[in-house]
Amino acid sequence: METFIHQVVAGIATGGVYASLALALVMIYQSTHHINFAQGEIAMFATYLAWTLINAGLPYWVAFFGTVILAFSLGVLIQRVIIRPVENAPVLNVVVVFIGLLVILNSMAGWIFTYTIKAFPSPFPKEPPFGLSFISSHELGSIGVTLVLLVMLYSFFRFTPLGLAMRAAAQNPVSSRLVGIRVGWMLALGWGLAAVLGSIAGMMIAPVVFLEPNMMSGVLLYAFAAALVGGIDSPGGAVLGGFLVGILENLLGAYVIGTELKLSVALVLIVTVLTIRPAGLFGKVIVTRV
Amino acid sequence: MTLLKTTDGSPAQQLPWLQIVVVMVAACALPFFLSNYHVFQASMVLSTAIALVGLNILTGYSGQISLGHGAFLAIGAYTTAILMDKFDVPYWATIPVAGLVCLIAGFLFGLPALKLEGHYLALATFALAVALPQLLKFRHLESWTGGVQGIVILKPDPPITSLLGLTLNSDRWLYFVALFVTVAMYWFAWNLLRGRIGRALIAIRDQPTAAALMGIDTSLYKSLAFGVSALFTGVAGSLSAILVAFVAPDSFTVFLSITLMVGMVVGGLTSLAGALYGAAFVQFVPNLADQISKAAPWAIFGTLLIVLMIVLPGGISGGLNLLWSKLGRRSVSV
Amino acid sequence: MASLLEVDGLYAGYGATEVVHDLSLRIEEGTITTLLGANGAGKTTTLRALCGMIRTRGSIRFAGEAIDQLATEDIVRRGVAHVPDGRGTFGSLTTEENLRLGGYTRRDRRAAAADQERMYDYFPRLRERRQQQAGTMSGGEQQMLAIARALMLRPRLLLMDEPSFGLAPLIVREIFSIMKTINENDRVTILLVEQNAAMALKLASHAYLLETGRLVLAGAASDLSNDEAVRRSYLGY
Repeated sequence: METFIHQVVAGIATGGVYASLALALVMIYQSTHHINFAQGEIAMFATYLAWTLINAGLPYWVAFFGTVILAFSLGVLIQRVIIRPVENAPVLNVVVVFIGLLVILNSMAGWIFTYTIKAFPSPFPKEPPFGLSFISSHELGSIGVTLVLLVMLYSFFRFTPLGLAMRAAAQNPVSSRLVGIRVGWMLALGWGLAAVLGSIAGMMIAPVVFLEPNMMSGVLLYAFAAALVGGIDSPGGAVLGGFLVGILENLLGAYVIGTELKLSVALVLIVTVLTIRPAGLFGKVIVTRV
Repeated sequence: MTLLKTTDGSPAQQLPWLQIVVVMVAACALPFFLSNYHVFQASMVLSTAIALVGLNILTGYSGQISLGHGAFLAIGAYTTAILMDKFDVPYWATIPVAGLVCLIAGFLFGLPALKLEGHYLALATFALAVALPQLLKFRHLESWTGGVQGIVILKPDPPITSLLGLTLNSDRWLYFVALFVTVAMYWFAWNLLRGRIGRALIAIRDQPTAAALMGIDTSLYKSLAFGVSALFTGVAGSLSAILVAFVAPDSFTVFLSITLMVGMVVGGLTSLAGALYGAAFVQFVPNLADQISKAAPWAIFGTLLIVLMIVLPGGISGGLNLLWSKLGRRSVSV
Repeated sequence: MASLLEVDGLYAGYGATEVVHDLSLRIEEGTITTLLGANGAGKTTTLRALCGMIRTRGSIRFAGEAIDQLATEDIVRRGVAHVPDGRGTFGSLTTEENLRLGGYTRRDRRAAAADQERMYDYFPRLRERRQQQAGTMSGGEQQMLAIARALMLRPRLLLMDEPSFGLAPLIVREIFSIMKTINENDRVTILLVEQNAAMALKLASHAYLLETGRLVLAGAASDLSNDEAVRRSYLGY
């Protein structure tokens, strides 16, 4: 029974990471109708930036917030310089650009930081919290950080004028311009926030999977699955999907198929959702008028 | 070889025969002037070109995006390796089998996938590409796939060791095998695309609703396109396994699929000749760039992908088209 | 003295096709002007051109400043509000959120909040539906919301594209009377595109008539509505 609880709890912890990445994917999808294939690499690169700051001697949480700011800037920069020129291009061109971005970030990380696997510190103690046996301090801390992040984002979008403007720009760019909203900058902001989400997800998972340029490809796959399960245009759905997928991954891994086929599980999930119910659990089902 | 577009982007009905003969003569003479390693590279270019033709059929003509065609390279390669290693099938016989296996696999993957448009299909195929190496390393399939170490196969000997006084070693012989297969596949593609199927695919790509209303079974054709493009890629994979004499899971990561995409983008969609340019590009640029640093090839590929999409979406063949039309010549395309 | 809106030699269109040809007009501050014409005459295109939503050639000056090269959001921030055809409400946001978005660019938050209350006074029905999702309201209510949202900008010039479209006559009369009120009380200049020529000519002081993208008639609204030949051939009544 204890192992079961531990698996569920561990699933919630990784689920939080998937939820953050899935939310980043949904944010970009909602505002641009594009899937950000490079989301994982942005997160990975930001985590390397964190590693650099920590290695330079900064205390963990200073490096953490420094990384958040750097990631935000990186996201804004990418949107303004690389994504904006192909905003209205055909889907294939956009997909190619995203893949190009993925490849550049991956190779830059390998070039600057080498391909050797590095350890990434966790800010949480090694001893389990309160003497509990089914959860580690890092897992608890990770869940905590994720929850705080999600609550802050939710409040931002729900209660602030800027958050309202961003929601409007994502839904209806034309009408947004008609009330004076600078839609282009709203998109850049969205990318910045998505990069922040990715960087935090990366910093939470790096202690577990270790830091190397390809560390996020599997995580990204699960984030895709989570976003699709929840509904690619539903932020709440993406978050819920993240936790569901995390728990599912751990339970399947522990009791059904072992840990060797995790990526295939994600693949099956993705293809199944896309084939049976592309809108996911909470997304809008779109009927195209002919 | 001249290549450019007729106004609707369909292949020309007439082949530029003179240019083809010249190219073929040059191609046959080539291996006798190059070192063995360069002959091997040339063979790899041919094999990659076949895969790119497959991708062209899918993306350029049928308008579907695949980020996972490396998976069909893997299936083709592993089919050949397993048949040669476990069943002693002669290498040349494994090529059509690999093609057939991939035709079926592609068609089956295409069936659910046909519902997916644009980036959803890209996502599904991306997932396939990322998940594949892990699947190939799976413990329970090890007796077939050789697990992490993969399978080593014997490089075939040439059936005759000299031709018209010229020595014919393994590498040269395999080059001619590759050349033969490439010509055959190109001929197949050209016939496919200029016929009913090609026109149906173009109609589906450009105006799917109208095509459906005209009675074209879009689902069937799209799955067929996926299957056929997988067939081409499978043949290419099979050929490459024979050339390299080795298959292993880590040769078939998502970056292989991305390499194919780079080749297609650089060479130019819907251009059969562009497939050759693209294949040459992805074969030789990494060799040159590797000398700068391990990361350089991919940094170059990535930058090129982005820059080309913004500045020259038609790739090399598109660029040549523009050049040709600026020089005042009328366009014809292959 | 310069007119509030001066358009000279405007060409506008979509992609490679030009829909509006060589259009020139003048709109004085404080007036209501109507732009009439059959379907496809280029009326909506003209409004979109004024807002920078499509490609244009030619000169557009608002309050003395050239706006033809500006982005839509910059034109809006200079005091031009546009109620588009189709209303353009934010369907999945509430009435209240739609209004707040209208006031997004206002620097004085308290004045914006006061204006929101004023909108509810003009449109009591909206007050009842404050928290309701805009997309679930009726056509007439969404039209009122679209106008209210545009007014939250405190615009000098209000562009309205076929506000009567698809609405019951009673609602249309309500909306037209509100337009008269805001023109008189808040000194909002209105450029009204309408198919319902009769009602438009009763409300407006000036009128322009477009046919296949060209200006064919311009003058006082009363002149156009009194001219029987014009009424019969162009306005259909």
